[in-house]
Amino acid sequence: MLDRTTSITLVLVLGIAMVLAALNQMAPVGSPFHVPTYVIALAGKYLSFAMLALAVDLVWGFAGILSLGHAAFFALGGYAMGMYLMRQIGTRGVYGNPELPDFMVFLGWKELPWFWHGFEWFGFAMLMVVLVPGMLALVFGWLAFRSRVTGVYLSIITQALTYALLLAFFRNDMGFGGNNGLTDFKDILGFSVQADSTRSALMVISALLLAAQLLLARFVVTSRFGKVLIAVRDTEARTRFLGYRPESYKLVVWVLSAVMAGIGGALYVPQVGIINPSEFSPANSIEAVIWVAVGGRGTLSGAIIGAVLVNFGKTWFTGALPELWLYALGAMFILVTLFLPKGVMGLFSALKRKPKRESAEAKEALP
Amino acid sequence: MSEADTLLYLDGVTVSFDGFRALNALSLVLEKGEMRAVIGPNGAGKTTMMDVITGKTRPDTGRVVFGTDLDLTKLDEPAIAQLGIGRKFQKPTVFEPHSVWDNLLLAIAGDRRPSFSLWARETKAERKRIDEILGTIRLGDHRDRRAADLSHGQKQWLEIGMLLAQNPSLLLVDEPVAGMTDAETEQTAELLREINETRSVVVVEHDMAFVRALGVKVTVLHEGSVLSEGSIDHVSEDPRVIEVYLGR
Amino acid sequence: MSRFRIVLFLILTLLAAPTRAQPANEALASLATTNFNALRQGIETLALSGHPRAMEIIVALQSGKLYFRADKTLFIKGDGDALTEAATGAPAPDVPASAVRQVRLNNAVRGAIDAALGSLRLFSANPSERLTAAEAVFRSRDPAALPALDRALAKEADSTVKTRMEQARAAALLFAPDTSEADRLEAVSVLRLRGDIEARSTLAALSGQPPAVAEAAAVTITAIDRVLQMWSILQSVYYGLSLGSVLLLAAAGLAITFGVMGVINMAHGEMVMIGAYTTFCVQGAIKAWIPGFYWANLLVAIPMAFLVAGMIGIAIERSLIRWLYGRPLETLLATWGLSLMIQQAVRSIFGANNRDVDTPGWMSGATQLGGITLTWNRMYIILFAIIVLAGLMAALRYTSLGLRMRAVTQNRRMAAAMGIRTPWIDALTFGLGSGVAGMAGVALSQIDNVSPNLGQGYIIDSFMVVVFGGVGNLWGTVVGALTLGIFNKFLEPVAGAVLGKIVVLVLLILFIQRRPRGMFPLKGRAVEA
Repeated sequence: MLDRTTSITLVLVLGIAMVLAALNQMAPVGSPFHVPTYVIALAGKYLSFAMLALAVDLVWGFAGILSLGHAAFFALGGYAMGMYLMRQIGTRGVYGNPELPDFMVFLGWKELPWFWHGFEWFGFAMLMVVLVPGMLALVFGWLAFRSRVTGVYLSIITQALTYALLLAFFRNDMGFGGNNGLTDFKDILGFSVQADSTRSALMVISALLLAAQLLLARFVVTSRFGKVLIAVRDTEARTRFLGYRPESYKLVVWVLSAVMAGIGGALYVPQVGIINPSEFSPANSIEAVIWVAVGGRGTLSGAIIGAVLVNFGKTWFTGALPELWLYALGAMFILVTLFLPKGVMGLFSALKRKPKRESAEAKEALP
Repeated sequence: MSEADTLLYLDGVTVSFDGFRALNALSLVLEKGEMRAVIGPNGAGKTTMMDVITGKTRPDTGRVVFGTDLDLTKLDEPAIAQLGIGRKFQKPTVFEPHSVWDNLLLAIAGDRRPSFSLWARETKAERKRIDEILGTIRLGDHRDRRAADLSHGQKQWLEIGMLLAQNPSLLLVDEPVAGMTDAETEQTAELLREINETRSVVVVEHDMAFVRALGVKVTVLHEGSVLSEGSIDHVSEDPRVIEVYLGR
Repeated sequence: MSRFRIVLFLILTLLAAPTRAQPANEALASLATTNFNALRQGIETLALSGHPRAMEIIVALQSGKLYFRADKTLFIKGDGDALTEAATGAPAPDVPASAVRQVRLNNAVRGAIDAALGSLRLFSANPSERLTAAEAVFRSRDPAALPALDRALAKEADSTVKTRMEQARAAALLFAPDTSEADRLEAVSVLRLRGDIEARSTLAALSGQPPAVAEAAAVTITAIDRVLQMWSILQSVYYGLSLGSVLLLAAAGLAITFGVMGVINMAHGEMVMIGAYTTFCVQGAIKAWIPGFYWANLLVAIPMAFLVAGMIGIAIERSLIRWLYGRPLETLLATWGLSLMIQQAVRSIFGANNRDVDTPGWMSGATQLGGITLTWNRMYIILFAIIVLAGLMAALRYTSLGLRMRAVTQNRRMAAAMGIRTPWIDALTFGLGSGVAGMAGVALSQIDNVSPNLGQGYIIDSFMVVVFGGVGNLWGTVVGALTLGIFNKFLEPVAGAVLGKIVVLVLLILFIQRRPRGMFPLKGRAVEA
């Protein structure tokens, strides 16, 4: 049922996550097998980013929609989770207000804004993690696809969308903590977000959800729906004259992708400990696109591999040679588009094919 | 000719782009089961006519009536396609990353909504129908090849096959033999005649030999309206047609 | 009535020059008192007396430096407690400090001092001081200043000052209790001519006027409101034009590379940034080597920025973009990567902080045109945008390079067949677009922070302008930029700067969805194909 690449990716994602968590929890501190907690947090972050990459790949690789605003859905999911975490702080904030988060007390607000109500319940917050990015995607996509905005134009307006949200969330009046965003989280479902065990659990949950998303995406793109989607990507007019409505197909996959990104954001926030408006910056969205390009556009597993690779590189570079990171990132954009259009996955399959051809040639050479 | 026999009726259709009239009060009647060849010099409005019928271009004035009372100018491309009008582009347009089989599968008539296609499985009836079409378009041996790897002529046939899979009552074919070898051209003419046994066909073509081989009623377009209509011999002797084709 | 008589009397006495000394000396003597009422009277008398040292004495009084002896002689205490005789200014070293007492003040006296100083300044030798004094009277609308005003008006030669004084007089007359109705109506019409926000608030503060005057005032207020509103609209239009021309400059290059060539250059903002840094370098070079020509630094910077950004643009086209024609999304990603590298390079060379780019003297300051303020730097940027655009259009239309560019973008294969070397035309077209961006950078260096992130702030706006105006249409870009600029500035007072921008972005997104090809789309078969 599953192809080899997907199976390998699933095993790798789940296996590594479990092993890391187990070594963090079981191996005593000081033992050579102990995995420090910051590695767990990093792994959790990479896994959340991988969900964003998967979401971008689904729309870019299979529907030809190059979204330069996908980080907006990621950040909205993150804010929904952040609002839940803020409500969990209760009286432990600096101002000790049981109802209002610190920043609202600081701004002199007396009452919780209406849109903060309900976020004290985990279930409601999780519903919003799905609904808010989903609804935004639905409205935006409905408008865009119906009027046949495609290609670069679509990319530019997705960028404008996230830019507008960036400006909006910077405003204190919006009620989302302005510049500083939401932070100082204490616990999630009663477990301290700082505790090693919670971090390990969150990381493993991220791996499980990523695996689930990969399977879901796999199901979608291999179904007849997925075949229509690829047809729309390459030859939209033809699908229309065959009686398909490309806009409905794009809308479905667009909303699904936004929800996937939102879930990634929701897992990102408790593991990183902060969400602020800079997550909306257009640069973040474009960076997510390069993860996919590095991994291999249109190969779901590639998106995951690309996200992990690039972010690992970023962590390493910003630690070792911070001033070189932007050069490296910039060069990556250029080199991948020029020389590696199919990304790392394309490289793998080329390497795999090569020996075969050589052996075929060898056979022909035999007398 | 009674109204019941009319399949398609273009009534005074005018389309202009920036003052240039691509179609100028064009009127045309097509009967059920008829095959019609449409010829005309460059810019005569042949492709625009196809665009109007299939809903790609909305006319400024005029009506396009399909069957007894359906005005196509109110509908968009997918709706018109689902009514049973298939269109073949000038350049062969197939889904290149997909196999020949999948191309036909996507074209097969049925529910086009995402909610259906997400869960759809290939049915026996679908398989049988695809096999049939593969026979008709002579691509039975290529069913698993990627469409991108087919030759130009094979792509043209695949596209015609996809139109057949759509099960349309009217087929619009734009220059089906452009770039084909003589043998392929001959086979294509045969294929179109075969299709015409069960459906109406409109062929736009430059190749006069091909039109003659089809042996059907011919409509000559010029500057967006009908210049002459009749058998190939009739129109090729029409002095106005000669003037348009040979210049003044 | 009695007050009026006193004033009349005073005026008459003042006009009679020979008798002047008498009341002045009396007034001086009356300052040597502890009676506040007498002191106030004395100040008013002194102010009107025309005494040459009246101003100095009253200023001394205001700052608590006026002292008097038992014989009512006044002294001013200077630095180091040295006394001088107030009436003559002669030093009085023999007078012991114990012999004099300070003239004490209360609030009523302080008010009288202010009024007296105000009317004294009406006679200052400096016209701008007289203008300020007249304006102060206008604001205070104090009828007590009328006599001084009348006297000052009689000898005023400067027409601007005179007008101000007449306006001040009108305001004072309206608030004087015993002005005739005819004079009041006359005064209202004077204020109407002035027609600014001050005149309006003076009229709005009126009360207890005769019905005819009240009505005239109400009508005038409405009229002034209408005029003020018109000016405020014009001011918004000016701000909008100024913002629009900045957008236009930033987007003009993009209209070439994106609009004409269809290349999505995300590093376009960096070309603008390079132009700004070129300005910085040119200024440094001129300052170091030929400081005498420093005034002309921008005139040198403009062509330099064009050349530097243009050359870099050509290099980018030859090395990167030419491999990606027909793949717009890949171009977008690659040029984004390039923009990151350029930013980092500039950061490494010039540092991450803002660089100071000077504004030449002839570009700073502002001028008043009716009710609107025109700042010179914005004026020059508007002018510059017009010149750049006109130059660009002329280059495309009249030069052979422009002809070739249009030929290549319209039909590449046909152009190639006619012997045009299309690769070079591509490179030059891209260089032209980048060079224009560089020139925009010179202008932006005058109004924005010159930092490595300069370009980032403009890239989304620029794309919006080009898309909004209609791709491939330079006029569309002009209309798009100005519309967005003006719209933004009209929205700002209502919604605030940030919210206004958000609203504009959202409206743009909606607009593009309504009309995906912009305001002025190219139509016809070429687009359909």
